[in-house]
Amino acid sequence: MNPLSVVVRTICDVFAWFMGIYGIYIIIHGHLTPGGGFQGGAVVATMAAFLLVSHGGKKLLSFAKPGFYSGIETAGLLIFITTGFLGLSATFFYNFLAGRGGLFGAVVPIGPNSGILNSAGTISVMNMAVGLEVIGGLSLILIYMFKGIRLFDDQTGGSETGHDR
Amino acid sequence: MNGFAHIAVLAMIIIAGFYAVWFRDLLSSVISLAVFSLLLSLEFFILQAPDVAIAEAAIGAGLSTAIYIIALRACNALKKSGGGDRK
Repeated sequence: MNPLSVVVRTICDVFAWFMGIYGIYIIIHGHLTPGGGFQGGAVVATMAAFLLVSHGGKKLLSFAKPGFYSGIETAGLLIFITTGFLGLSATFFYNFLAGRGGLFGAVVPIGPNSGILNSAGTISVMNMAVGLEVIGGLSLILIYMFKGIRLFDDQTGGSETGHDR
Repeated sequence: MNGFAHIAVLAMIIIAGFYAVWFRDLLSSVISLAVFSLLLSLEFFILQAPDVAIAEAAIGAGLSTAIYIIALRACNALKKSGGGDRK
């Protein structure tokens, strides 16, 4: 997949970072606003799709290794099941961090409020774990899909063109 | 007001779906399918399901379009090298 023209590359360079930040925002506000781990992870994985379509695969695969994304996916699954087992003194998946103070356990005041960000306990930890797992999985789908078509790539041998069809 | 928004968005969805079938150029058809998916996420938002709308916009308009474009490039590479039977 050859790189596209310089206009497309510049626009994708700028907007890929906004998409990454927006996806991380959706992940860490998963218990307050619509969205959560899956939706935010899909938005972040779209960043890899942007860079793959605009810059071409050779440049993306030089720094985005499949082992890195596979490690992210494995880390997400391990964090999720470890958080489940850590509450085992009460029940499986017990919310042992809520209401305890600290980073994840702020106490929610009585009455109507707009939502306290760090008050969800293990729910936000699990949102981040699911987000990591979805980022790794969907980016791996894209990278392996691209590696599949590189089997035909040496026969064409095309150099950089404009908007190639 | 709400009924008018429903009718307008659904009409644009039908138009985008028709063009996705009607175009002979496959890249134009894929872009039309992305527009279809984006309008569908807008319709989900009007129906007060913003969670589904975010998932539809990310998966339908972002990732599946990229996967279609990658597959289209594979078809073009096959056609240039003499194989494949597209068209």
